[in-house]
Amino acid sequence: MQVTRKNSLFTRYELIGFAILAAIIFIVFPMIMDTFRLNLFGKYLTYAFVAVGLVLCWGAGGILSLGQGVFFGLGGYCMAMFLKLEASTPENTSIQSTPGIPDFMDWNQLTALPWWWEPFHSLTLSLIAVIVVPVAFAFIIGVAMFRRRVGGVYFAIITQAIAAVMTILIIGQQGYTGGVNGITDLRTLLGWDIRTDEAKEILYFVNGALLFVCLGIAQYVRKSKLGRLLIAMRDQEDRVRFSGYDVANFKIFIFCLGAAFAAVGGAMFTLQVGFMSPSFVGIVPSIEMVIFAAVGGRLSILGAVYGTLLVNWAKTTFSESFPELWLLGLGALFIAVVMAFPNGLAGVWSEHVMPRLRKLGSRGDSGTPDAAPSTPAAE
Amino acid sequence: MFADYSWSELTAIFAMQGFAGLILFSVFVLMALGLAIIFGQMGVINMAHGEFMILGAYVTYLVSIFFAEALPALFPAYFFIAMILAFIAAGALGMFVEWAMIRHLYKRPLDTLLATWGLSLILQQVYRSVFGAREVGVTIPDWMMGSLPLTDMIEIPINGIFVMVLAIGISVGVYVMMYRSRWGQQVRAINQNRVMAGAVGINTEWTDRMTYGIGCGIAGVAGSAFTMIGSTGPTAGQLYIVDTFLVVVFGGAASLLGTIASAFTISQAQSIMEFFLSGSMAKVLTLLVVIGILMLRPQGLFALKLRK
Amino acid sequence: MSDFDKSRKNNGVSRRALLAGGVALSASLFAPKVLRAQDYPTAEVNTTGLAVTDDTVTIGILHSVTGTMAISETGSVQAEKLAIEQINAQGGILGRKIEYIQEDGASDWPTFAEKAKKLLVNDKVASVMGCWTSASRKAVLPVFEQYNGFLYYPTFYEGLEESPNVIYTGQEATQQIIAGLDWVNKEKGAKSFYLLGSDYIWPRTSNKIARKHIENFLTDCKVVGEEYYPLGHTQFNSVINKIRLKKPDVIYAIVVGGSNVAFYKQLKAAGIDMTKESPLLLTISVTEDEIRGIGGENIEGAYACMKYFQSLDNDNNREFVAAFKEMWGDDMVIGDVTQAAYLGPWLWKAAVEKAGSFDVDKVRAASPGIELTSAPEGYVKVHENHHLWSKTRVGRAQADGQYEVVFETADLVEPNPFPEGYQ
Repeated sequence: MQVTRKNSLFTRYELIGFAILAAIIFIVFPMIMDTFRLNLFGKYLTYAFVAVGLVLCWGAGGILSLGQGVFFGLGGYCMAMFLKLEASTPENTSIQSTPGIPDFMDWNQLTALPWWWEPFHSLTLSLIAVIVVPVAFAFIIGVAMFRRRVGGVYFAIITQAIAAVMTILIIGQQGYTGGVNGITDLRTLLGWDIRTDEAKEILYFVNGALLFVCLGIAQYVRKSKLGRLLIAMRDQEDRVRFSGYDVANFKIFIFCLGAAFAAVGGAMFTLQVGFMSPSFVGIVPSIEMVIFAAVGGRLSILGAVYGTLLVNWAKTTFSESFPELWLLGLGALFIAVVMAFPNGLAGVWSEHVMPRLRKLGSRGDSGTPDAAPSTPAAE
Repeated sequence: MFADYSWSELTAIFAMQGFAGLILFSVFVLMALGLAIIFGQMGVINMAHGEFMILGAYVTYLVSIFFAEALPALFPAYFFIAMILAFIAAGALGMFVEWAMIRHLYKRPLDTLLATWGLSLILQQVYRSVFGAREVGVTIPDWMMGSLPLTDMIEIPINGIFVMVLAIGISVGVYVMMYRSRWGQQVRAINQNRVMAGAVGINTEWTDRMTYGIGCGIAGVAGSAFTMIGSTGPTAGQLYIVDTFLVVVFGGAASLLGTIASAFTISQAQSIMEFFLSGSMAKVLTLLVVIGILMLRPQGLFALKLRK
Repeated sequence: MSDFDKSRKNNGVSRRALLAGGVALSASLFAPKVLRAQDYPTAEVNTTGLAVTDDTVTIGILHSVTGTMAISETGSVQAEKLAIEQINAQGGILGRKIEYIQEDGASDWPTFAEKAKKLLVNDKVASVMGCWTSASRKAVLPVFEQYNGFLYYPTFYEGLEESPNVIYTGQEATQQIIAGLDWVNKEKGAKSFYLLGSDYIWPRTSNKIARKHIENFLTDCKVVGEEYYPLGHTQFNSVINKIRLKKPDVIYAIVVGGSNVAFYKQLKAAGIDMTKESPLLLTISVTEDEIRGIGGENIEGAYACMKYFQSLDNDNNREFVAAFKEMWGDDMVIGDVTQAAYLGPWLWKAAVEKAGSFDVDKVRAASPGIELTSAPEGYVKVHENHHLWSKTRVGRAQADGQYEVVFETADLVEPNPFPEGYQ
């Protein structure tokens, strides 16, 4: 693989890439879209958190998790629980036999709030929980699996099973979780109505900013020694181990980081969409999120964002015009990406577009250094 | 829970419950064998396995219509022909998929997972366009739907026996093919060392294609048999996929015996827990136990001792 | 479809329109069949910027045509399109042809919310016919309340809801459950019940109501078992054995989707012959639509309790069934929800004409008390709580996939989404 020359956080090209993405998200989208579309893209961007996490775990670390929906869902549920408690004031729920508890609990004959819901009265504790709960869960999974050197395909299938179990659990315990309907009808955040157009716009920008924080962290990790170790592990795990590194710890760390990103995305999703349901926890959304990363390019964190936006935009557009052809298109996209463009959009960019641009550039200004984006060789 | 019942009633119930467990076991074996061959021998993760099963189910549906219209006299026996055709159809599609897609991806096992997931979406939509979004009702010959009363308390469902016989038959067939035939030797050789196998003159391409085709064909037969006990619709294949993968992984991917042992363990655990607990909790507990054991023993129950 | 006009004669549409400032009163009074658009200037019938022009009005259809729910929702889409076509053939609503924008919820609840918002915010539709599962309705509900949309929801469901922005054209749980339980208790002498369902809110809430009714309102009756299986579960042999052990008089089954097929096939294979009615099987989740997947021969003899069966013997229904088959093919079957979906556009038309306006607030105000004498299920009426008064019927499944109606309540059953004593 090609190691970047300077040990700074960004190469010039990466800096330009970040700046372009920032311009698109913070300037172009808000200018060309009405609030409805903007909110839609805000929702897509919450999936981008997961995709960026997947680039770290899968692209860099070689750990393919088919259960990222679990972390997305846990983060989202933690946020939703807080918002639901705020929405379930005794005045709002006076029609219930037990006012003051969420409506679905009342329907399931609960007469008091379960103890583990209590912390979610506090925004601070809820925000902590948004990160801590999924990360703790990821840590447990990570320790159990990576310490025993479970990897590759096995890890993928076990995480998939975990996603299935989570869904069944959430649906089955509907008195505590809202069941298959999820936690719906969320209204205010500390008295601030999140359903208004202004709120949606503000949340969009908050979401974008948080995404850039995560992108920054991801970039830092990749540029650090850890990032290079991850890639070394992906390609030759045993050699890294024999060099004296504790491979499992690195994997656990990166898996937890991916879970944390997903959780932030989930929480932002809840805020922007106004509900959370088990349909984001299951296998299908988890695999779709992998596809977002794959389309964007599993090695590129910026690519993951573009991939997410592109797939979701296509999904919305095509399912509006040709609902019945949509699945065919999505399926074909999966296959095409895997077969023809294993490095996704980012691969197309760095293999086909960049060289041409550079050729054009060097014609005029010969001094361009060949600091290519640090795209490691695929396999 | 059992205080109110007589001894003979309890015996009868436990006998039938034991049989229910065996039926579940047979269902798992049928589901998992095709996948075990593909995953275990080739390292390919076939996420479209459920859709291959449903292809078998739709073939059965078509054959049943054909017999009802054209050859009503032979209707009671149509199921056997349907299963053969299901095997051929699913196998042929499998070989085509291997040729078009899988053979380019042998070095990237995780990518086969994504590509076959895409394939499963396409197949679902094709089924939906061709057969409609609704489930189709497959008419099963009357003799297959009844039950055999052993005593006045114990009744054994005939379709259960049918599934069991089929599961045993296919397992034996697969065993003979894999461990007693030249072809099986070649498959195992390729699995152990593809380059060397090629070097000693094994036609690896053709063997791969056959293996994939046979794995998919067995899925088709399983789907055909499942029209007796389950639904046939565009998305019905998704219902099986998690269970199937767990059975294969739990058994230790490369071992057919492991797959059978794990199908037995999981089915018995689930069947017993379903009897004593409520349905959803039984499912969650079964999955948790399986995941728990896999975390302790990630290589599965029966792992080949391989030095990496 | 002249039957549908009878309903309008009684509800005073034209008079109200006149009071509201309609210009050419005579035309609408003397020829009530066709309301002409010029009598209802767009500026007056649409003061809130809905998608209403001088000769069209746009509504939304929001169902899943892809994903697992497509199986169930296809029938609803077909019924709604049929109703719209028939209304247009009669001259539309307030002289305006109905146009529709169909969106796919893709069996995915956030997609439902997203599409609902698109329909209301971008397309400004005047009303929406849509949703099927409770989860999808719960997901779109805040959207409809925030943007003041108006939804016609066709499915029988668990109740516990009464939104000003929704008209529930299916039955809520008590309407569907209590009459059926009373009937098996009285007519069949059933005393013990085994409750079984798929694991989500509708079966759980319905079984809760059933249990309360069995234990508190029926004499000497008891529940001997209650169980839930995950959606999509396909192995029911263990529960069938439990049922054998408990020997209930009635298996009360609320299994849905693909599980349904597996459950009934395995029940039959296990030697439980439902035609012998011992135990008797009573379900509230199997319509004619589901029987197609299950196979009539596998469910023959089971009883279903709902408000509509395709075999209902009345003129309205015969016309409806014929029109539906003409439009969508002879092999179509029509279930309870399909019929309820068919009511949506007609109820909306009646309410709009009563209000003399497309404005959601006026339509809402006009909705309670709206009657349809011409519904395939017979006479229905909108209650103050936005549900329908309707009869409840019990049907016995035949081998040909149809139900034979064996019982119907004498009067309309009052909808009661928040039933006292059943909570």
